[in-house]
Amino acid sequence: MANHTVAETIHVPYLEEKGILSWILSTDHKRIGIMYLVSISTFFVLAGIAALLVRLELLSPGKTIVDAHTYNVLFTFHGSAMVFLFIVPGIAASFGNFLIPLMIGARDVAFPRLNLLSYWLYLLGTVIILFSLLKPADTGWTFYTPYSIQTGTDVILLTFGVFILGFSSILTGLNFIVTVHKLRAPGMTWHRLPLFIWSSYATAILQLLATPVLGITLLLLIAERVFGIGFFDPAKGGDPILFQNFFWFYSHPAVYIMIIPAMGVISEVIPVFARKPIFGYKAIAYSSLAIALISFLVWAHHMFVSGMSEVAATVFSFLTFLVAIPTAIKVFNWLATLYKGSIELRTPMLYALSFIFLFTIGGLTGVFLGTLAADVHLHDTYFVVAHMHYVMIGGTVMGFFAALHFWYPKMFGKMYNEAVAKVAWFLVFVGFNVTFFPQFILGMEGMPRRYADYPPQFHTLHEISTIGSWILGLGILIMALNLLRSLTNGEKAPDNPFNSLSLEWQIPSPPPHENFEKIPHVTDWTYGYGKKNNQEG
Amino acid sequence: METKAHIEEHHVGYTTYVLVWLALMVLTGITVWVSYLHFGVFNIVVALLIASIKASLVALYFMHLKFEDKTTWIFVLYPIVLLALLIGLTAVDVFFRTTP
Repeated sequence: MANHTVAETIHVPYLEEKGILSWILSTDHKRIGIMYLVSISTFFVLAGIAALLVRLELLSPGKTIVDAHTYNVLFTFHGSAMVFLFIVPGIAASFGNFLIPLMIGARDVAFPRLNLLSYWLYLLGTVIILFSLLKPADTGWTFYTPYSIQTGTDVILLTFGVFILGFSSILTGLNFIVTVHKLRAPGMTWHRLPLFIWSSYATAILQLLATPVLGITLLLLIAERVFGIGFFDPAKGGDPILFQNFFWFYSHPAVYIMIIPAMGVISEVIPVFARKPIFGYKAIAYSSLAIALISFLVWAHHMFVSGMSEVAATVFSFLTFLVAIPTAIKVFNWLATLYKGSIELRTPMLYALSFIFLFTIGGLTGVFLGTLAADVHLHDTYFVVAHMHYVMIGGTVMGFFAALHFWYPKMFGKMYNEAVAKVAWFLVFVGFNVTFFPQFILGMEGMPRRYADYPPQFHTLHEISTIGSWILGLGILIMALNLLRSLTNGEKAPDNPFNSLSLEWQIPSPPPHENFEKIPHVTDWTYGYGKKNNQEG
Repeated sequence: METKAHIEEHHVGYTTYVLVWLALMVLTGITVWVSYLHFGVFNIVVALLIASIKASLVALYFMHLKFEDKTTWIFVLYPIVLLALLIGLTAVDVFFRTTP
């Protein structure tokens, strides 16, 4: 607190006004953030239920609960909803919206009405995607040609919904970039920005520049289905691999749209609960930008066995290794921050530590897959499924849960039950590993992904994985009940329960409508823990 | 920065806009004319070149990019680099494929 001369704040909490219209017409970044949080959490639950059904089907060989087509529909819904409705908007849209103005000392984002439009576009996209479920697609979330052109299911409606969601993502990215450039409080220089802001900024660049390519690609796919033009049809001079090149040009950077905000969360949580200044501030900040830049150069590592040229595959394999460098820089800096810290194992910290452990496994197995020769063996097996879930759940979702438990008191003005939250964390951590670690072995042994059935020798590992999914599901259920119950029954949260130095904790919980009565004047960075005189990194 | 951009913006007269519009029309004519000529693999290069000149004129004058600050220029140039990468690296794939 000592390092910011924070002005008096007005005391009308942003949650005060009631009624549905006060939400859906609100341009308050905090309310829009909460609306995103509720929406993405809903789809996380729905897509999670689809995942539980997928795992249940795989409990034993042969048909367990659904036929092969329904199985295809279930994993397509699981993947599409998790990717496009939960994890891509994810932390960036929910916590980004809520926190960016608070952290940089602004009253709102640069374009509040555009922000609300982004949310409406998100809703419109979700409605269209839900309508597509009347004749649900079975292509997987990647919509690969030629199957996506030939299948009789409703690919057009699903991809059109994703196309609309793309606009939401682009506008949010644009809004955040302008906000960080233009609305920083006096004294909030680039090198005093919280690292969550740096990661949100890097994510916004990716959202702004990569998403249009996905939009065009999906429009080409729709045009191909409606008019049969032949972009991706070799019989008409087209090229099915062209679709994969275009799709992954967005979708690989999209992986970083999903993970970089979570990295930002970890950079905020660790110094607070280690009571130490973040180690290597600039290295972490610039590595976010480096990831954003390099992520555009690696897309074809998803396509090594597609029939693409071997020369290009070799180039992409090499470029893929480069992206591991800025990622590793972050991990080493977090570890160095923990070193000799006064570590307090509160729930957000438990999730943050889980992130480091699990994301490292996910990241390193990604290097295996980026290696051309290994990928030819492992491609489209459960090894990829395990790797991807270690990054997406072990990384992003752990970061999301860390953020949820860290900023919950600020967002809702209530405390949750810490003991119950820790039990939920334990179940989530154990359940996740029991579910997905066996899948590395399944993949190494040759179990292909996306199959509804498998030979008996894979039974035991599949069984363990399914039981793990129940533990994971139970953990998330307990966590959700704990947080929901605390909304009404929780103790009133203090303004700064975790003794953070960041700006958002220096105002009341929940924050007032305009955030700051007077825009604060920032005189130092936010990581001066454990020192009398805070100093810049 | 903002004031500088605005002051210079007002210096662009209608004459400039009309000239740019004429240039765009001429370039459109050239695009149609060129489509009747055959340059082999360079067909695409020529078409993209003319399209790029037209897009640049629109961005520079109609969208006032010429009068914007350095940050805006970075945000304009970076996607062009990305587009070049998308086309270039996809071309590496297509041109080096071994025909079965």
